[in-house]
Amino acid sequence: MEITYSYTKRRCDFGRQPLFCEQGPEMCDTIATNPAEHKHYILRNPVHQPTQNTPRFSENYVNTIRAEYTTTGANHAEGGWPKDVNVVDPEATQRYRRKIEKDDNYIHCVMSLASGMDHYVLQNNAIDMYRTYYAEMAALPAVERNGCRTVNVYRDPDGPRPISSVSWQPEGGRRFAVAYLAVDFNRYPRASTASFVWDIENANNPEVTLTPTCPLLDLQFSPRDRDTLAGGLMNGQVGVWDRRIGGDAAVMCAPHVAHRDLVRNVLFINSKSGQEFFSSGPDGACKWWDIRNMNEPTDEMILDVVKSSFDVQSMATANGVSSLEYEPTIPTRFMAGTENGLVISGNRKGKTPMEKLPAKFEAHLGPVWSLERNPGFLKNFLTVGDWTVRVWSEDCRESAVVWSPPHRYKISAATWSPTRLSLMLVTQWNGLLATWDLLRRQHEPVLTMQVCEEPLLRVRMHEGGAFAACGSRKGNVYMVEYSQNMTQSDKNDKLLLTAIFERESKRERILEARMREIRLKLRQAEEGSPAASVTEFDSSAGDKDLAEATAEYVQAVKKELAAL
Amino acid sequence: MATEVEETIKRIQAHKGVMGVVIVNHEGIPIKSSLDNATSVLYSGLISQLTEKARNVVREMDSTNELTFLRVRSRRHEILIAPDREFILIVIQNTSD
Repeated sequence: MEITYSYTKRRCDFGRQPLFCEQGPEMCDTIATNPAEHKHYILRNPVHQPTQNTPRFSENYVNTIRAEYTTTGANHAEGGWPKDVNVVDPEATQRYRRKIEKDDNYIHCVMSLASGMDHYVLQNNAIDMYRTYYAEMAALPAVERNGCRTVNVYRDPDGPRPISSVSWQPEGGRRFAVAYLAVDFNRYPRASTASFVWDIENANNPEVTLTPTCPLLDLQFSPRDRDTLAGGLMNGQVGVWDRRIGGDAAVMCAPHVAHRDLVRNVLFINSKSGQEFFSSGPDGACKWWDIRNMNEPTDEMILDVVKSSFDVQSMATANGVSSLEYEPTIPTRFMAGTENGLVISGNRKGKTPMEKLPAKFEAHLGPVWSLERNPGFLKNFLTVGDWTVRVWSEDCRESAVVWSPPHRYKISAATWSPTRLSLMLVTQWNGLLATWDLLRRQHEPVLTMQVCEEPLLRVRMHEGGAFAACGSRKGNVYMVEYSQNMTQSDKNDKLLLTAIFERESKRERILEARMREIRLKLRQAEEGSPAASVTEFDSSAGDKDLAEATAEYVQAVKKELAAL
Repeated sequence: MATEVEETIKRIQAHKGVMGVVIVNHEGIPIKSSLDNATSVLYSGLISQLTEKARNVVREMDSTNELTFLRVRSRRHEILIAPDREFILIVIQNTSD
C-alpha cells in the first residue's frame, strides 16, 4: 500500500515565507503486529554490529607501457678502425696501414716475434710432434735395479776370531758351518778352538758347537749326507764330525799318516758311498780319505810338476796347496791352487806323474786363495790371488781369459753364484763385497757394498743363490741378501755368456799362437846367425789368423746389415 | 728497417707448409696479411680474443708468468700465434705431410 502525502500550494502563495503552524500528528497508517509471525523469529542476542569510522577507498589497477627487450649478437665486421678512417675506402685503410708499418715499435716487435715463430715453423716441418712413435715396438723391460743388503750378523761368541772357512749345508739347507782360527805366528791358539754350526734364523747362539783338539782351518759339509762335516786341523790331521752330536770329532785320522803341515783345504768327492773326501795343505801332498777307515789315506799324490817323465816327484820340490777345487760331474779330476801362484789340474787316474798332473796354469804372483769352476761352464774357473781376480778357460794355458784390474786392497776370496751364471762375488781386504756380472760390465763390479770395516776373509753363496755368507776377521758372519734380478739368469744368459767366453778364449788363443810364432822366429834367428840380433819378424805368418778373424767379422756384419 | 721486416715476413712465408701470415695490432686491425681481407679480419678478430683469454689464463695461474707462444693444432692445419704487447704474429701452417 503506498503511503503518499502531497504538499499542495497555490500559485499565488509562491515565494512567501513559509509560515509554520502547529499541527498535531496525523496518523497516516498503522500496521498491526502479526503474532503468528512471531514463531518464525527468535530474539537475537547478542547482536554484533561492526562500526568503522574510516574513509572509504576504492581499488583500481593501472600499468605502465612495457618496453620489449631481445638479446642478439653484434657482428663486428672490421676491427677498431679509428674514427677518421673510412672503412670501405681501400686507399684510406692502406694509408693507415702504411703509417703503422713505419712505426718503430712495430718493426722491433715483428723482428723479435719472427725468430721464435721461425723455430716453431721449422720444428713442425721437421717432425710430427703429436704422433705416437714406436707404438709397435714391445715395451722394454724395466731398468734393472741391483741391490743387496745385510740381513743378519752372526757374531762369534768366543771373542773376535778370524774366520777360516764358511760352508753351507747342501741341498739348500738352513745351516752353515763356520770354522774360526785364532793363532799367533807360532801357531799357538790364542782363543778357544771351537767352531760352530749356525742356523740362519738364530743369530744369537750357534746351533752346534764342535770342539776339535786344535784349531780348524777348513770345515765342509758332505754333499750327500747333510749331517756329516769334514774338517782339516792345524796339526795336519783331518777329522769327521756329526752335526747332530757336535762336540769332539766322531773320528780322526791317525796322526802318523796325517799331513806334515796344517791342512788348509778339505773337499768331499763324488764316490759311491759318499763318504770320501780329500785334503791338502802347504806340505804339497793331496791325500784321499774314506770315513769308514781313517787309519790310512786311500790315495796320495804329491803336487810336484815334473818336466819330463824321468824325474821323480818328491815332497821336497812339491808346491804347497792353498786352495782345492773339485767338480762332482768330473769325478776323477780336480784342481789345486798353489802357494806360488800356480793352478795345477790333477787326474787321479793317471799312471805316470806327467799324466797325473796334466796341466799347469801360471795364475798369480802369490798364493791362489780361491779356485772355483763356474757351475754352468765347467771349462771356466776363477782364481783369486795377488790383487786381481782372473777367469780362466781350460783351453788357454798361457793366460787368463778375463781378468780384473789390480785393486787397491787385497782380494781375499771369490765365488760364483750357483743360480746366476755370470755373477761373481769378490771380497776385499777393506771389507767391501764387490759383485761382478760378466754380462753387464767387465771392467768394474756391478754392485759394491761396504759390509764391514774389518777385512772380509771368506764368502760362500747359498745354493738358492739369494744369500751369501761373508766371514770377516773379527769373527762376524754377515748374511747378505741379493735382489731378485741378481739371483736369476734370463733364458739368453747362457748363450750370451758362452759367446763371451768363446770370444775371449779365441782372442787368447790367437795371441798365444802369435807369441809362439814370435818365439820360434827368435829361436830360428839365433840358431841361424848367432851374432845377428832379431831385426824383423815375418808378419805374414801371423796374418793368417788375423785374416780369418777379419773375414768372419765382415761376414757377420754383412749378415746383420742384410737382416735390417 | 722496414725492408728487413718485409724480408723476414717473406722468409717465414717461404717455409714449407706455411699457408699464410697475418700481423694484427691490439685493436684488431690486420696490418700485414698474405690472405684476403675477409679471412684476415676473421682471423684477427677471433685470434685476438683467444690470445687475450690465454694471456689471462697464464697470468691468473701464476702472476709472475706470461704467455710466450700459443699453438692451435687442428686436423687440417696448425695456427701458430706469437703474442706481444701491441701486436700479434699469426702463421697458419699445413701439418699433414
